[in-house]
Amino acid sequence: MRSLAYVVIGIFFGIVMMKSEAASWFRIYEMFKFGSFHMYGIIGSAVVLGVMGIQIIKRKGIKAFGHVEMELQPKIKSVPRYLFGGIIFGLGWALAGACPGPIFVLIGAGFPSVLIVLAGALIGTFFYGLLRKYLPH
Amino acid sequence: MESIYQTWPWYVSGPLISLVMFLLLFMGKQFGVSSNLKTMCAIGGAGKFADYFKIDWKAERWNLLFVFGGMIGGFIATHFLSADKVVINEKIAQELADDYHIESAGQAFLPTEIFSNSVLSDPYHIAILLVAGILIGFGTRYAGGCTSGHSISGLSNLQLPSLIATIGFFIGGLMMIHFLFPIIF
Repeated sequence: MRSLAYVVIGIFFGIVMMKSEAASWFRIYEMFKFGSFHMYGIIGSAVVLGVMGIQIIKRKGIKAFGHVEMELQPKIKSVPRYLFGGIIFGLGWALAGACPGPIFVLIGAGFPSVLIVLAGALIGTFFYGLLRKYLPH
Repeated sequence: MESIYQTWPWYVSGPLISLVMFLLLFMGKQFGVSSNLKTMCAIGGAGKFADYFKIDWKAERWNLLFVFGGMIGGFIATHFLSADKVVINEKIAQELADDYHIESAGQAFLPTEIFSNSVLSDPYHIAILLVAGILIGFGTRYAGGCTSGHSISGLSNLQLPSLIATIGFFIGGLMMIHFLFPIIF
């Protein structure tokens, strides 16, 4: 039953990625060219509502289903890993025009060429696992 | 009802994305897609080569189910909700045609010059897609999250690391489009 819920939330996410066009290479290019407010509006409104909702959850001590704590773990403090990692991801995001969510959504939408991007992403993840101890974190 | 077939405006799409995040929070999970890349490597046996992948991947099964749903959602949107053409700012579309001979804006969801099946016979284009993927995989795992984990979940939780990561995403993206695109395309 819970498994089905994750699939259904995922289906909803996939439809939103496609219909908002956030999964489109063109929209990512347009965003980095500052050609439209569209992508900034999507991320901005999601974050504003997210901040408000999470503040309410924290102040009222709202629990997840099954009365477990909400998964709101703070990330470990550091600058280089987020900045360098972020820049490397940003380079790939702009080139492929897709972040990890849309990669999966686009494969389902019927773009076999995006499978190459996914293969690359798995190789990149594997490289990170191998090189991790040599990188500044 | 007609408007469901049009592009969903930002003020509809953004709140729906935060709804996805809250639904997952209520399920006891944190919205973040890129950790699936680590899970998939772990399932593929990467734990034999690096401790980073020695994880109990079954605990991450929910996230694989989530992206599996995402794939179904992509299929539904393309086949039944006419997500097939993306119209962008005319000036930007013209620049794409003039500077890089990418002329499919307004006619396709993804540029056919980069993503159509015929491109798959060209090693240079395959290399572009592969390198883009490698940067995405390496970068998101180094940064500990991607657009969903940092820019949506992390910023919503007012986490400074996520702000640093998001600034990094934009530095990298701007560098790619403004300095590297003229070299690559």
